Amino acid sequence: MFKVRVIPCLDVKDGRVVKGINFVNLRDAGDPVEAAIAYDAAGADELCFLDITASHENRETIFEVVTRTAEACFMPLTVGGGVRSVDDIRRLLTCGADKVSINTAAVNRRAFVKEAAEKFGDQCIVVAIDAKKASKAGEPDRWEIFTHGGRNPTGIDAIDYAREVVALGAGEILLTSMDRDGTRRGFDIALTCAIADAVTVPVIASGGVGNLDHLVEGIRDGHATAVLAASIFHFGEYSVRQAKDYMAKASLPMRLDP
Amino acid sequence: MTVAIVDYGSGNLHSAAKAFERAAREAGHDQPILVTSDPDKVRAADRVVLPGVGAFADCRRGLDAVPGMVDALNETVRQKGRPFLGICVGMQLMAERGREYEVVEGLGWIPGEVDRIAPNDESLKIPHMGWNTLNELRPHPLLDGIAVGPSGLHGYFVHSYHLNTSDPACLVAQADYGGPLTAMVARDSYAGTQFHPEKSQRLGLALIANFLKWKP
Repeated sequence: MFKVRVIPCLDVKDGRVVKGINFVNLRDAGDPVEAAIAYDAAGADELCFLDITASHENRETIFEVVTRTAEACFMPLTVGGGVRSVDDIRRLLTCGADKVSINTAAVNRRAFVKEAAEKFGDQCIVVAIDAKKASKAGEPDRWEIFTHGGRNPTGIDAIDYAREVVALGAGEILLTSMDRDGTRRGFDIALTCAIADAVTVPVIASGGVGNLDHLVEGIRDGHATAVLAASIFHFGEYSVRQAKDYMAKASLPMRLDP
Repeated sequence: MTVAIVDYGSGNLHSAAKAFERAAREAGHDQPILVTSDPDKVRAADRVVLPGVGAFADCRRGLDAVPGMVDALNETVRQKGRPFLGICVGMQLMAERGREYEVVEGLGWIPGEVDRIAPNDESLKIPHMGWNTLNELRPHPLLDGIAVGPSGLHGYFVHSYHLNTSDPACLVAQADYGGPLTAMVARDSYAGTQFHPEKSQRLGLALIANFLKWKP
């Protein structure tokens, strides 16, 4: 039976986990590879690294992190952040990433999605969409694409954009609600559902998870096939295994391999 | 004893090599794992692994672009009967032909064609991306000791096409995704998995360990 996925996401800057990971037994809470090994052992279905390294000189650090992770973890790995060229993708895949997530570069130049999918196959091209509600109260729901961590509006409709990138070869959509990100109030279910129902590829819901019910809602009500969360796992509030047990009790199909 | 992982410009060879090294180490086989694009090294190897990601036609062209590699594979696997494992598109290449975007000849080791998956439930997304259990249709040494069936272990799948074999004797395991799809095929000394053992944690490492000691 096919299972839904729980994906912890690590923000990585200059080769280090931002804010650190609050797990017991980690020798180095800032080492992304140690965190990856811990998530692997906890039954994570996939792992996501988001590289937020700002300086050009330190861009190399992510390749080293991915290489070391792939040596230690035999689970699927998605890497995003600053992916701008076919060469960036090739290097990440060669280091051991399974999927690469493209964000701003796809907004700026849609043809990049097509080039990437034709070169590496659509199964490894994830398009990350950061969306924010643009409709006012009383108007029909409408969401707009934002770039640069939600600061820059683009005027592009999120649903139209999702359909467009899928037609160009995106194999998966990583959908983040910029209204909910960091709020711990749960996913924007209306947004998630609107996008998931509009496209034929899997959608990963992201942004706003504060408790385990939110994860259930993302799948059950948002029609996502995977849920991504960061802080609830990093701070040791819940383990990935606890999350999956909880979702299984809510009748969702979960992989509970020992 | 050498294991050759064929490098033809397709796939995540780094993680495949690391998974094979780890499985070999844990099982105490101590077989050197060699990532190579040299047909002579494939001929000299005791076991051969053909990974592959991307589109069927692209992978076939990549394989053809390595002079002598297809001959080396046919000779080593079909004639000498050395154990072979194809992974994902590496498994699909064992078919007679692929129908992804264009019709392209495969290696022709397993009767059948590579067709787009067509789940009978419209809410199911394509690609089939994620974890699924295996339904074993016939026992195979590569699945020895691995819990299969609805409450068994999971394999990690990422694909939109699968090898639709016309010979039921070659079909080892299926996964259910709005109907059955091919998860594993095998014949003589060669086997292939649609899922990625190198990404399938416990199930994957167990299957790789089985492959390393397989004596077909």
